[in-house]
Amino acid sequence: MKGNEAIAEAAIRANCRHFFGYPITPQTEISAYMAKRMPKIGGTFLQAESEVAAINMVYGAAGAGVRAMTSSSSPGISLKAEGLSYIAGADLPCVVVNIVRAGPGLGGIQPAQSDYFQAVKGGGHGDYKMIVLAPSSIQETVDSTFDAFDLADKYRMPVMILGDGMLGQMMEPISFPDSADRPTYDKDWATTGTKNKRRANVINSLYIQPEELEQVIWAREEKYREIEKTEVKYESEGLGDADVVVVAYGTTARVVKAAVKAAADEGIKVGLIRPVTLWPFPSEIIAKTAKNVKAMLSVEMSTGQMVEDIRLAANGACPVAFYGRTGGVIPTPDGILEQIRRMVI
Amino acid sequence: MVTIMLHEILFAGFGGQGILFSGKVAAYAGLVDNLEVSWLPSYGPEMRGGTANCHVIISDKPVGSPVITTPTNLVAMNLPSFDKFEKTVAPGGIIIIDSSLIHKTSDRSDISFYSIPATQMANDMDIPRLANMIILGKLIKVTGMATLDTIRKAVEKSVPPTKTELIDTNMKAIEAGYHYL
Repeated sequence: MKGNEAIAEAAIRANCRHFFGYPITPQTEISAYMAKRMPKIGGTFLQAESEVAAINMVYGAAGAGVRAMTSSSSPGISLKAEGLSYIAGADLPCVVVNIVRAGPGLGGIQPAQSDYFQAVKGGGHGDYKMIVLAPSSIQETVDSTFDAFDLADKYRMPVMILGDGMLGQMMEPISFPDSADRPTYDKDWATTGTKNKRRANVINSLYIQPEELEQVIWAREEKYREIEKTEVKYESEGLGDADVVVVAYGTTARVVKAAVKAAADEGIKVGLIRPVTLWPFPSEIIAKTAKNVKAMLSVEMSTGQMVEDIRLAANGACPVAFYGRTGGVIPTPDGILEQIRRMVI
Repeated sequence: MVTIMLHEILFAGFGGQGILFSGKVAAYAGLVDNLEVSWLPSYGPEMRGGTANCHVIISDKPVGSPVITTPTNLVAMNLPSFDKFEKTVAPGGIIIIDSSLIHKTSDRSDISFYSIPATQMANDMDIPRLANMIILGKLIKVTGMATLDTIRKAVEKSVPPTKTELIDTNMKAIEAGYHYL
């Protein structure tokens, strides 16, 4: 199954019955799959008139307490940014997929990771966060989709699955986890009708009184601190005696693994940290690792975005170098190996 | 089970030749044999008329990078693809070309070179759109990466359920390539 189709099928199996989208390469297969499947299972598929409309439909559906999702690629996610800020401001759960292509502007349609800042630092306005999951295989994409809906419901906030064109388009064998043993979430805040039994629920992101708004924002921050403590996910290898540790996420991490293996075959002591959650960022393990290695290297399909978070986490304990390709060019194992070699000279 | 456990196959040609489909069948053949596989297509402007290619990895270990930089096998179905990728093939690797469309041979001595007039054969057999399957037949023969039985199961998985009549047609093409000397 293609990555895009796997995301769509996983979402349906995670009981998402409301999808609102607008086509854009390289994620259109998600919409196409939803269009085919949703009507057959009593769900709603709607191709909106624009990305802005689609995210606001998600806002409405999420307010009614159902599992709702939209997907797009970079330029389309920029259009959704306003809606994401509103959804975060109204404390609503939803899942947004960004199958990243090269930017800025219309950019190109080939894979990139140049939306890292947009995903983890906001994108929309205001003090808010999204949980950002960055799978690196199709199986992990499936698992991340299940996790995304659970995390969104658990914390009442938007969760983004950040892939790239390569992940969306490639096929790998997968199996779907059982959805029966996943937790369920009571949504007593949803606007589903009072039936004259309770006060009306209100979904809102507007607080005219500064003190009141500040309180709401700090309460949300507390939730974010809790998530930073409990929801960090990463994969690591070879950290024990490494001189150099490479940090990479998503499909880039797979290319990096090939380079790390080649470097190890040359006798270089090299390890790898692959953040699975980009927010919350695995700062703790990076801070710890930075104290024990000679240097770290961030490899990204961008001009250098995640590298800033690595430097913040390392806090000067070791130099953090950067190697990247951008504009839709995929780094090669040889290119990365060359960088690793340079770092141990 | 095949003996060599890592095939990094690059299928390349024009958009419309069925490059992605023959790659898909090869990947499914690996799946049928319980191997690890990945299939990565080009989806850019080349898909809309220019050169198309797809990267298929079949391995007995989890697939690392799905991007192939030094293929063990190159299947070239047009001249631009052959010119572009000939030099990238790993030493000891295999190149198969459609000699109906590429009037050239490789001057590399460290690879095995095979040519098959797949497009001409497809036209002669009145299955003009299945040159991709004929050349796939040749590929599985020279690499030993799959048996005809395995590839039949792979074709069954790759053909849409509404078009099962295509299974035999595809197999006819694959067998023609497989038995071509």
